[in-house]
Amino acid sequence: MAESNEKVLIKGNYAIAQAAINAGCQCYFGYPITPQTEIGEYLSAEMPKLGRGYVCAESEIAAINMVVGAVSTGVRAMTTSSSLAVALMQEALSYAASDELPVVLVNVMRAGPGLGYIYPAQGDYNQSVYGGGNGDYKIIVLAPSTVQECIDFTYRAFYLAQKYRNPVILLADGLLGQMMEPACFGKDPYPEVDVSSWALTGAKDRESRAIYSIGTDEKKQVQHIYNLFKKFEVIAENETSYEEFEVEDADIILTAFGSITRNIKAAMKVLRDKGVKAGCFRPVTLSPFPHKRINELASMGKDFAVVEMNMGQMFKDVKYAVEGKSNVSLINRPVGEWLSVEEIVSAVEKIMESKYAASIQYS
Amino acid sequence: MQQVFSIPKSMKKDFRYTFCPGCDHGVAIRLVAELLDEMNLREKTICSTSIGCSVFLYDFLDVDCVEAPHGRACASATGVKRATPDKFVFTYQGDGDFASIGLAESMHTALRGECVSAICINNTTYGMTGGQLGPTTVMGQITTTSPYGRNREYYGYPIRVAEQIALCDGTAYSARVALDTIPHINQAKQALKKAFEVQLQGLGFGFVEILSSCPTNWHMSPQEAHIRVKEEMMPVFPLGVYKDVTTEKGE
Repeated sequence: MAESNEKVLIKGNYAIAQAAINAGCQCYFGYPITPQTEIGEYLSAEMPKLGRGYVCAESEIAAINMVVGAVSTGVRAMTTSSSLAVALMQEALSYAASDELPVVLVNVMRAGPGLGYIYPAQGDYNQSVYGGGNGDYKIIVLAPSTVQECIDFTYRAFYLAQKYRNPVILLADGLLGQMMEPACFGKDPYPEVDVSSWALTGAKDRESRAIYSIGTDEKKQVQHIYNLFKKFEVIAENETSYEEFEVEDADIILTAFGSITRNIKAAMKVLRDKGVKAGCFRPVTLSPFPHKRINELASMGKDFAVVEMNMGQMFKDVKYAVEGKSNVSLINRPVGEWLSVEEIVSAVEKIMESKYAASIQYS
Repeated sequence: MQQVFSIPKSMKKDFRYTFCPGCDHGVAIRLVAELLDEMNLREKTICSTSIGCSVFLYDFLDVDCVEAPHGRACASATGVKRATPDKFVFTYQGDGDFASIGLAESMHTALRGECVSAICINNTTYGMTGGQLGPTTVMGQITTTSPYGRNREYYGYPIRVAEQIALCDGTAYSARVALDTIPHINQAKQALKKAFEVQLQGLGFGFVEILSSCPTNWHMSPQEAHIRVKEEMMPVFPLGVYKDVTTEKGE
């Protein structure tokens, strides 16, 4: 499957695993949790064949700290997990963001809060975008909606992580992880990133390097945080990406991230057939978030209906981006069965009738 | 005139000594630096540092370092070693870091037989935060969180780290040493050397627990602190080699 233009029928989890290999991931560290365990299983079989590193970590906390150690040497490494176990990794993400280390973490979301269950959900938008770690830091978050994008975004995740020396989360969900779909691996399209100016390789023919986040010098720490945020402004400028369909003449724009995007696209077609001028907007990078484009669309008087499998987490960011220039409604179910095309269509029709922002929650 | 004493090459030249007077960290770090020089390891060393007083290691050692969150130094070291197996990788941790919050990481790194070396400074307390009860606080010891002394009812028992690590099949070397006397310092250096060598030979996990003084938090003079190391710590934490696969004998 490696680097071929042939189309294959493959499960999202396996697609991520093989894409990581193709992207040059030299080490994998992981701990089992449904619905992402196949990634670790796949790599346990493939990495030894390639002479690459694989550790069944004793915990998710250990796994992500192994990634931190590995990527500090300049090699590509990743861990994968799900929701409640990604919660355990937040401390290390905060460290990695402050230490500017290119950690790659895949979260195949399941339902929460707490133990929740293994059915899919999108409840980790806040956890990913706003982080559960301490202090001011930002993570790059990519949200695939198809198995093909699981591959493409895995390539992109490794590239962006090293290019900007910033942790990247690939935010998939149980639906994508477990679903089989035709996809093509192609070849990792991104160039190699030069890490020689910072990677730890032993202090040979150069001064020693220390990667740490302790900030005993208050002034330096202030500057460090400003620098991190300046860097993220550059990331936002260069890397913010989104997808939009038929927004030009739309009265209402269905907005979603991740795999539920598939259903808003279908709902848009049904609504168009019924005479409702609906469009679709989908942030590809949840962080940096496409505030600017959403604001432009709102300035044109277009309303938004945010469709999410959570209690309205991205909804708040869309509202923030819209700045009160148009109505933003929420259509959601917190976990479980994906909102159907019929449910979305019916909710949008209700919103259109009321002419006001609404919150339509399905049980 | 012949120079008989100098700062090791593996130590920075412009550091400010930030440890308390009489603290054994300085001696321990110097021993590490001397060994990195003598074993010609500096240029291939990557150290995984920790949290607590040992956090300041990179102020002193002139080697590549990556910081690990509290307790995770052995996990981070595992990552470094798996990514770059030709490097010399070691951790430098306190007892709270290694044997309390990081016990799972430490133990599993030993069980996996990771070819890294780990150093645990045991001073029976959390030094940086001002002397609280830790995993190695001895029975009866008064700390800021055991004001009536460590007892079984409230606190349970301390952990004997070197013995526990020796029980792991992946451990190649495990020893406990002290820095209270010149002979003990010399023995400590030999133990550290051995813990480094087993890594270089690919034999597995190399570990040294160092009994150290903490005069500030023990409310003692440096001299009294070293007497405490001998009289109160050594009976609970006997010095010795607990595992050495190169001689296939333990004590």
